[in-house]
Amino acid sequence: MTENMLVKEREVVVPGEELAVGMDYLPSEGAFRDGDKILSSRVGLFNLDGRLVKVIPLGGKYIPKKNDTIIGTISDVSPMSWRVNIGWAFDVMVHMREGSREFIPNDADLRRYYAPGDLVVAKIIKSASPKMIDASLKMPGCRKLGVGRVIDVQSSRVPRIIGKQGSMISMIKDATNCDIIVGQNGKIWISGNDHKMEKVAEAAIRKIEAEAHSSGLTDKMSVFLKKEAK
Amino acid sequence: MKKYVEAVLLNNERLDGRKFDEFRKPVEISYDVSNKAEGSARVKIGKTEVIAGVKMDVGKPYADSSDKGNLMVGAERLPVSNPEFLPGPPNAQTIELARIIDRGIRESGMIDLKKLCIKEGELVWNIIIDIYTINDDGNLIDASALAAIAALKNAVLPELVDDKVQWGVFTKTKVPLKFEPINVTVYKVGKSLIIDAGRDEEAATDARLSVSVSETGSVHAMQKGGSTGMSLDEVDKAIGLAIKAVKPLRDALK
Repeated sequence: MTENMLVKEREVVVPGEELAVGMDYLPSEGAFRDGDKILSSRVGLFNLDGRLVKVIPLGGKYIPKKNDTIIGTISDVSPMSWRVNIGWAFDVMVHMREGSREFIPNDADLRRYYAPGDLVVAKIIKSASPKMIDASLKMPGCRKLGVGRVIDVQSSRVPRIIGKQGSMISMIKDATNCDIIVGQNGKIWISGNDHKMEKVAEAAIRKIEAEAHSSGLTDKMSVFLKKEAK
Repeated sequence: MKKYVEAVLLNNERLDGRKFDEFRKPVEISYDVSNKAEGSARVKIGKTEVIAGVKMDVGKPYADSSDKGNLMVGAERLPVSNPEFLPGPPNAQTIELARIIDRGIRESGMIDLKKLCIKEGELVWNIIIDIYTINDDGNLIDASALAAIAALKNAVLPELVDDKVQWGVFTKTKVPLKFEPINVTVYKVGKSLIIDAGRDEEAATDARLSVSVSETGSVHAMQKGGSTGMSLDEVDKAIGLAIKAVKPLRDALK
């Protein structure tokens, strides 16, 4: 099976580059099939997940996917739904019945639950087309966020910021004593009792974002946090 | 985010750890960024970046100022600098940006417009300043105003033969400038007055006051923006803050 792979794992590929031959593999994110070949559609790192051929982007804008946890701002309230700005070209929709774990009556004023300008954590439940993305505020962890610092990072750096099983982010949380929520769309909410610590948390996240490709980052970060978060 | 910014400021801190009257670093000016323009400059304040160009042309003077040259300032907030800026005709904020810069230059009398007269009532120099925003990380007004002044300082007159401008042939005559007024905008967020607001701070701003300050510390022009008012006391404080905070911009201009 492996002789049909044309590039090595974690190699940088460009759009149009041939990744694999034959029907043994299936194109996934960032790849497409042309005849019996699988080609890349973006600049990124080649990744093989079972039979799935993926290209992980090196940068670029966040593209909403189903089951992503995102942070956004309520931009509009209509009689049956909310619109949430998540940094994507179109606002995503949260229907009334997905709005809250508590029951929302039909004639309720939806502004009482979430008003324009409120910050929320939501989960994408349907992504039919770029213009029609539905999110839910009912899933575990989804809620309205309080006062806190919101920063924007490259969405492709989010996995590195979270770390393996959340190791990196929990290290920052422990060191700075802040609440941190990372959205897959690259928006990060930081809230703590001490504004100085929030600044340290932001600096740490910015450092990870800048040095995402270097190895041994966890050790570097623990040194950085020990120095800064005194 | 607005509530958060206000809370941090009430605690006598800023989001990035600066003092209230401190500009971001570095403040950088590079000259001659365009080889077609008679004068040009690129200004960086932190991550905010603006390019200004000066174009000189001859034309008829206006009837009420037959012995004076003319000044025109145009600004364009390019979509590349901020996702909220749209292409197309300028909107109110873009026009305001150009007007603040125009007022700072015109009302201070920094350009000796009488020296720009070629034949009284017939031919005078027109100075056209164009501002292009490259990146908006807050406080575009101060960066644009500084870029305009720097470009004017850098500008030379083109060659003039038989009352026609020879494009691309520059003389060594500088545009006659008397002094350099620099614009400093004071932002009011909640109850706090700050200088050089970053993007999040600017988004949380209730009101702002742009003050044009010269070397001697005199105020030449002011423009109040934002939907809430400022008390007389706050205006006093804002002017004091602007005069005090202008130093890094003036140092960069030298």
